[in-house]
Amino acid sequence: MSMESTSTCAHWKVDFDEHNIAWLHLDMADSKVNLLASTVLEELRGILDELAKDLPQAAIIYSGKKGSFIFGADINEFLEFDDISKSLPFISRGHEIMDKLESLACPTVSMINGMCLGGGMELSLACDYIVAADNSSTRLGLPEIKLGIHPGYGGTARSIQRCGPLPAMDIMLTGRALPARSAKKIGLIDECVPDRQLKQAAISFALQAPKRKSPPFVQRLLNNRILRPFIAQQMRKQVSRKARQAHYPAPYSLINLWQRHADNPKRMLREEAIAVANLATTDTARNLLRVFLLQDKLKNLGKQVAFKPSHVHVIGGGIMGGDIASWCAIQGYTVTVQDQDPSRLAQTFKRAQSSFKKKYKRDRRAITAAGDRLMPDHKGYGVSHADIIIEAIFEDADVKRTLYQDIEPRMKPDAILATNTSSIKLEDLSSSLNKPGRLVGLHFFNPVAMMPLVEIIRGNETDEDVVQKALAFGRSISKLPLPVKSSPGFLVNRILMPYLLEAVTMVGEGVPPEVIDKAATDFGMPMGPIELADTVGLDICKSVAEILSAALDMPLPENLNAMAAANKLGKKSGEGFYKYTKGKAQKNKAARFADVQKVQDRLVMRLLNEATACLREEIVESDELIDAGVIFGTGFAPFRGGPIHYIREAGKQELAERMNELRQEYGDRFESDTAWAGL
Amino acid sequence: MNNRKDVYIVDGSRTPQLKARGKPGPFSASDLAVTAGRALLMRHNFDLGELDEVIMGCVMPSEDEANIGRVIALRLGVPQTVPAWTVQRNCASGMQSIDSAFHNIANGQADLILAGGVEAMSRAPLLYNKTMVNWLSDLMMAKSPGQKLKTFAKFRPGHLKPVIAILRGLTDPVVGLNMGQTAENIAAKFGITREQMDSFAVDSHHRLAAAQDAGHLDEIETLYDSKGKYYDHDDGVRPDSSIEKLAKLRPVFDRKYGNVTAGNSAQITDGATLVLLASEEAVKKHNLPVLAKIVDSQWAGLDPAVMGMGPVHAMSPIMDRHQLAISDIDYWEINEAFATQVLGCVEAWKDDDYCKTHLGHERALGEIPHDRLNVDGGGVSIGHPVGASGARIVLHLAKILHRNNAKRGMASLCIGGGQGGAMLIENVSNESLQNEAA
Repeated sequence: MSMESTSTCAHWKVDFDEHNIAWLHLDMADSKVNLLASTVLEELRGILDELAKDLPQAAIIYSGKKGSFIFGADINEFLEFDDISKSLPFISRGHEIMDKLESLACPTVSMINGMCLGGGMELSLACDYIVAADNSSTRLGLPEIKLGIHPGYGGTARSIQRCGPLPAMDIMLTGRALPARSAKKIGLIDECVPDRQLKQAAISFALQAPKRKSPPFVQRLLNNRILRPFIAQQMRKQVSRKARQAHYPAPYSLINLWQRHADNPKRMLREEAIAVANLATTDTARNLLRVFLLQDKLKNLGKQVAFKPSHVHVIGGGIMGGDIASWCAIQGYTVTVQDQDPSRLAQTFKRAQSSFKKKYKRDRRAITAAGDRLMPDHKGYGVSHADIIIEAIFEDADVKRTLYQDIEPRMKPDAILATNTSSIKLEDLSSSLNKPGRLVGLHFFNPVAMMPLVEIIRGNETDEDVVQKALAFGRSISKLPLPVKSSPGFLVNRILMPYLLEAVTMVGEGVPPEVIDKAATDFGMPMGPIELADTVGLDICKSVAEILSAALDMPLPENLNAMAAANKLGKKSGEGFYKYTKGKAQKNKAARFADVQKVQDRLVMRLLNEATACLREEIVESDELIDAGVIFGTGFAPFRGGPIHYIREAGKQELAERMNELRQEYGDRFESDTAWAGL
Repeated sequence: MNNRKDVYIVDGSRTPQLKARGKPGPFSASDLAVTAGRALLMRHNFDLGELDEVIMGCVMPSEDEANIGRVIALRLGVPQTVPAWTVQRNCASGMQSIDSAFHNIANGQADLILAGGVEAMSRAPLLYNKTMVNWLSDLMMAKSPGQKLKTFAKFRPGHLKPVIAILRGLTDPVVGLNMGQTAENIAAKFGITREQMDSFAVDSHHRLAAAQDAGHLDEIETLYDSKGKYYDHDDGVRPDSSIEKLAKLRPVFDRKYGNVTAGNSAQITDGATLVLLASEEAVKKHNLPVLAKIVDSQWAGLDPAVMGMGPVHAMSPIMDRHQLAISDIDYWEINEAFATQVLGCVEAWKDDDYCKTHLGHERALGEIPHDRLNVDGGGVSIGHPVGASGARIVLHLAKILHRNNAKRGMASLCIGGGQGGAMLIENVSNESLQNEAA
């Protein structure tokens, strides 16, 4: 038996079973995943109205998509929110429907198998019961904070009601998604069962409608009006370590919402809608949304061809090669990592083991399985098995060429050869190959496990098919692949270097490193340039800078040479621009400088100018890809939406004038690029 | 033997054999086998689903490794549809696995089998003794606090005395002798002196050291642990071993008047050897190289109290069936469980009386030349991970034949409990079956 009105539904289907339970089946039309798009919500409204008229025994909501429940709202719809007059009605409509679901006078159950995020979680929270499958593809969370907003379909009030303020605020402030088991532990969901019992568990809740557990006493106590201001203050303090209010208002707004209205859930829901509608129109939210869409764009670049290698071979067991290998093993690939020196492979394997432990915690079987997939291979057996070989040996063109000649005869006919070089032109390397078209650049960033971007370098001779496969491979290892023209420094290092060198120059002029770094983090960079240089290693900075300075007419600051010569190499040698104790930079908190704004301008302008030059030289295909590359490759303040976007938003004219002032003071390196005017 | 198919040893790998140093070693048995197996399979290009089965020998897998053959197969990425099993014939488990593979291929039931043996002796468990187990179960049964208290009060420190599984494993449960004592029996029977044993042991170490220097152990694959250390050679070797040094050691089994010492016995060791076996069809189909052909095998039983004589009882029927004289065999690998037991085997074949009484021969077979026996060392120097040794000696014998361009080789082991196992192989590494087919 099925419901008549759903015959007009594109996304939903409702069936009734022998217990008169209504099974609400969501399978969003023309989409790989379920989203709470407007049309989906409107159809749900109709279904709920109908159910309310002729009440079933219970209602169970579930997904028809494999491996996912509901991924959240359709954020493309957020793009319209340039004003609260657009965002508030949108949010309020969602609230209305969630309220309808919550007030349906029969037991309601959300039955989750797979990803359940954002709006999907909020929809579930509006149900009486939530049951989820205990498997690796099921994750539950409220990640709105990452888009510069917070839950807006009642998720704030309802999650706090369910599990108490601390766990609920924690998942909303961090935006992290929990496995079903952890979600059960904090009380976000009612039951977590193996796949085979999911349906049975949902039916059991639907028919028996047990009394729902309230949060533990301590959690209820913490929600008390008198205690809340203190706890809220504590939360603000914690948040401020990661995000400033000026840059990221959403977490502060969420904390305020809770502090003020937690006594009255109804009012909290109302205030939530208003707060989110306001947040959604901020520059931060709109830029973060842009970044999110850019991320999708990069992901899509890796979906153009199907390429799923059965075996990955990495040559070079240094930190970079080893980390690439262990990352690929974590991603499920069978990996061999080759190095002539077994002691280096031993270190590689040790590092890999600690990444596996970090990743899989105490799951001993998963750690063993990852270790079994990663084979230290000092005899190079993997060469003839691999569909993709990643070369990550030291930067010496001759040695690389010799290596390529040695391995090419043993490679599979269609295997791709990828080099992780950051400084040698692909064309200088491919000449040694019989099939030069198989060589592509695959430029990872350090540390591999943390950095989301991989530059895919297209040499003059690289086959298009090979570029596409490399992009697909980048995506298949959960990285964001960015196609880049073969040119010195590629995109990320090239844009980063003038900014780093300007910072080093300022140190030479006597500006305290602490002031420089703070100017950068004030702008929104994740780490200051001086500390970054120390972390990367001043020797490495110097060698990359040398290559770029030759190509881009960028003189090396004297003090960088001096530091390298004195073997002050940064964090790894214990001293660079900062001194390090236990791996932490010792900063002088009292350091001051007169014109901090100028320090920031000098840093930022050089970065923006180089980004503009890259756009003109078509290092990547579009201005959007420049923004994406710089954000995901350098951590460039995401809430500013990327360098090119920032120039446009801040006003290219004003920035150009500022450049001109700096040029008069510091010389031609502040000459604005010819493409600046055309932005 | 009609209609039986030829069976080839395609290739093999092993781990270095790591001497047990008083506490659990860095690798579990399946860890060891995975390292050897991954490299072996990586050298060839067939799809792992082409394997018909995986057979592993192991005497004492850990509690997490029930049917360790299957554990190893799955960890190696062999598809779930390929069956795997484990064989146990004590010290010859590794040879039993090759022999089982040999028969299954020869009978036409299989074409491609991954076989081998493994043992992590350093990880042999300590067990609770019986009184402790009874006490624990009483405690579990106790319901009321009073009962619990009562049971607690019955605890005695003696309950904690562990059962050392490896010592029990190396003691014959029927005749009650430990393996070293069975070796003392042989020494007594043939009048083998302490000097002879020690001299044999010194040779074993020197031969292994020479083989290591010459790079003759290329079947070894480096092991990497999670702490940044690697292991690339058999670490029980003592290149500076000498009769004088060995003479200082005290007998360990018959403590007062015995001759068998730790220095002239096999070392307690961890290791794995994996071997790929194939029919001619499989060799051609997957374009595989061949190393050796398995010609024949034999198992024999004898008095457990002289189990070390097992090899002569197993080798003799093979020699008879193929009408071979000692000189027809180019190289011998007789596993060195104890120096004296290998020497005893050599003596037995020289002895008219032994050959007549036990082997049904008119007279003595003759003397196995010392320079053709265990030429790259044996259990005394390389160690004897019980489940693995049988596979190790067959593989290494094939390598020796190939290296010396020799024809026939015999591998044999004595087996705790009173058995012997032997396998005759022929070098075919210079033949290409691919060309023959053409």
